[in-house]
Amino acid sequence: MARRSVARSLLNNLLSNKLEPCSRITASRSVTYMPRPGDGAPRAVTLIPGDGIGPLVTEAVEQVMTAMHAPVYFEKYDIRGDMKQVPQEVIDSIRRNKVCLKGGLKTPVGGGVSSLNVQLRKELDLYASLVHCSNLPGLPTRHENVDIVVIRENTEGEYSGLEHEVVPGVVESLKVITKFCSERVAQYAFEYAYLNNRKKVTAVHKANIMKLADGLFLESCREVATKYPGIKYNEIIVDNCCMQLVSKPDQFDVMVTPNLYGNLVANTAAGIAGGTGFMPGGNVGAGHAIFEQGASAGNVGNEKLLDQKKANPVALLFSSAMMLRHLQFPSFADRLETAVKRVITEGKHRTKDLGGHNTTQEVVDAVIAVLD
Amino acid sequence: MASRIIRRVAGSGARCILASPAKSPSSSLPAPGRDFSSQTPITATLFPGDEIGPEIAESVKQVFKAAEIPIKWEEHYIGTEIDPRTQSCLTWESLESVRCNRVGLKGPMATPIGKGHRSLNLTMRKELNLYANVRPCYSLPGYKTRYDNVNLVTIRENTEGEYSGLEHQVVRGVVESLKIITRSASLRVAEYAFHYAKANGRERVSAIHKANIMQKTDGLFLECCREVAEKYPEIKYEEVIIDNCCMMLVKNPTLFDVLVMPNLYGDIISDLCAGLIRGLGLTPSCNIGEGGIALAEAVHGSAPDIAGKNMANPTALLLSSVMMLRHLNLNEKANQIQNAIIGTIADGKYRTADLGGSSSTTEFTNAICDNL
Repeated sequence: MARRSVARSLLNNLLSNKLEPCSRITASRSVTYMPRPGDGAPRAVTLIPGDGIGPLVTEAVEQVMTAMHAPVYFEKYDIRGDMKQVPQEVIDSIRRNKVCLKGGLKTPVGGGVSSLNVQLRKELDLYASLVHCSNLPGLPTRHENVDIVVIRENTEGEYSGLEHEVVPGVVESLKVITKFCSERVAQYAFEYAYLNNRKKVTAVHKANIMKLADGLFLESCREVATKYPGIKYNEIIVDNCCMQLVSKPDQFDVMVTPNLYGNLVANTAAGIAGGTGFMPGGNVGAGHAIFEQGASAGNVGNEKLLDQKKANPVALLFSSAMMLRHLQFPSFADRLETAVKRVITEGKHRTKDLGGHNTTQEVVDAVIAVLD
Repeated sequence: MASRIIRRVAGSGARCILASPAKSPSSSLPAPGRDFSSQTPITATLFPGDEIGPEIAESVKQVFKAAEIPIKWEEHYIGTEIDPRTQSCLTWESLESVRCNRVGLKGPMATPIGKGHRSLNLTMRKELNLYANVRPCYSLPGYKTRYDNVNLVTIRENTEGEYSGLEHQVVRGVVESLKIITRSASLRVAEYAFHYAKANGRERVSAIHKANIMQKTDGLFLECCREVAEKYPEIKYEEVIIDNCCMMLVKNPTLFDVLVMPNLYGDIISDLCAGLIRGLGLTPSCNIGEGGIALAEAVHGSAPDIAGKNMANPTALLLSSVMMLRHLNLNEKANQIQNAIIGTIADGKYRTADLGGSSSTTEFTNAICDNL
């Protein structure tokens, strides 16, 4: 009830405000996006600010969304990384809204608390995690022509959380690989490649050592590959993969990996493309999607970054653009992406990870200023 | 059967007595107080290996002769038949020789494809109980890569972890793989890491882990590292999550000094670091075993396409032999050879094909000998 009135007031707001003059027809746009009637109704999105720099960067996204008058409104929930489990209301909200935007949740090391990030993914069965690492003009990097999408299995593998102490001083951890999960993530990877006009899918594995486990993963990938004859498929061992990533990253296009290797490969790819502060990503399942900073390198920013408010909002802004496209608001996604890319190319507003001194707010203001 | 064993032990024992002077009592660490006069030669086992192996082994022998290093080589080759005592093509005599001499140098070996025998590397590792793999990665001055000033050492636990080889199919389509971490193995490798850091004037040791997700297994590893760190208060100790480590390595490898890790992470990170300095062709490596055994090896492949053409680059094997000399505490000679190699590459006049030059193996080796 309350939600509908919020939606209605937002709609009234949108209609009553003097809208910006129609965006100039850019040279690239030839065929227009024709919506279905009612597609412009504001969508509810669950927002989880999270820990560390999370609240800072999610606020940045909220500001930009408001400035664009984007048809989304946020339902905010405050959870911290050291909570025992994700509160039921948050899960219900995501189930209802189907889409969530999230800052980072810091998992304490060895603290006996299972990661909330992993909990969310398992609870909502978000089986594929996607990180898009690509060079951005204006961003100084050592490697050129990087455009890699890492699709990582998100629910099993080494992160099954099944550990026990056999005898004192000997600990076992189970890595579980199932055909079902491997097949569906491979299916997602190939479907993604097909829908996004990508040419090659590479499976990353260590099947020469873990013959049964990674062997099963590879088998599933090969089976799915036969259904997409137009997409090239190859396999690479994970240590060779990391070596190739730092020497010849342009050979990779889409990569599909089990859980742990995906984590490492995604962070390495993000590092060579310019840093984790710029790479968008998301987790997707059959019914829901959570968008967040692509590769967070296992941290949520340090104290100093928080105090000085110099966190980099670009990754989350790109992720929210991905979210807008997922919600079928392509024009808003384009505007946001173009604005952020302009700010990076101009290079006048740089946060600490680029060696600059600007605060998050300054970057956000710059993005809003160049919004179409 | 018993008489054969006795004869074999007696035979090897006799060889030991005739070969080298007083040996230090066996300990789990390389004995720092080994004293060698330059007259009495030390016997070392040499496995030239396959394809380019013999050529680069010749280079090493030539350089060692020019530098007047008191080492006598005992060469062993891989047999063509499977030796039932070792279940691989490596003969029992070869392994005994390494056990006896305590130092060895190994060229690239091509594991014959087929079933029914263990891989050569696995055989060596298990039989000689090689528990730590040490790989120093440093930028070679004069040879420009994307990353400058890389100077780090990766020390990887080599016996357990994810590579325990314990996998089974639970039901059709579900596979489990066990990752084992024990207190004794973790303590052993941590001890070696800190000892190495101290002996080589390194300031910092970083333990790489994913203990926020794998709390018990990597948690145990970290506990052991912390215990050992307390015994070496002059060396700084830190813990880094592996995704953060990957990202920092590709952005700024100068942040790291000595890295100590369990098996899988070590495999990936050490290959990543090799990629930073342009590949396995230049990377030395040394395996440390129980009782102070050191087996230095060149980790690159046997390169059948350039075998016999005098084109191979002996740098990796030469630098590995330098590591072997350091293990034997012949530091002056080690420095002499290392400086000669670096100087020759830095000069740029004699470089093998893989470094962009056109010299042959022999020309390159002669240049190094001249530079001594």
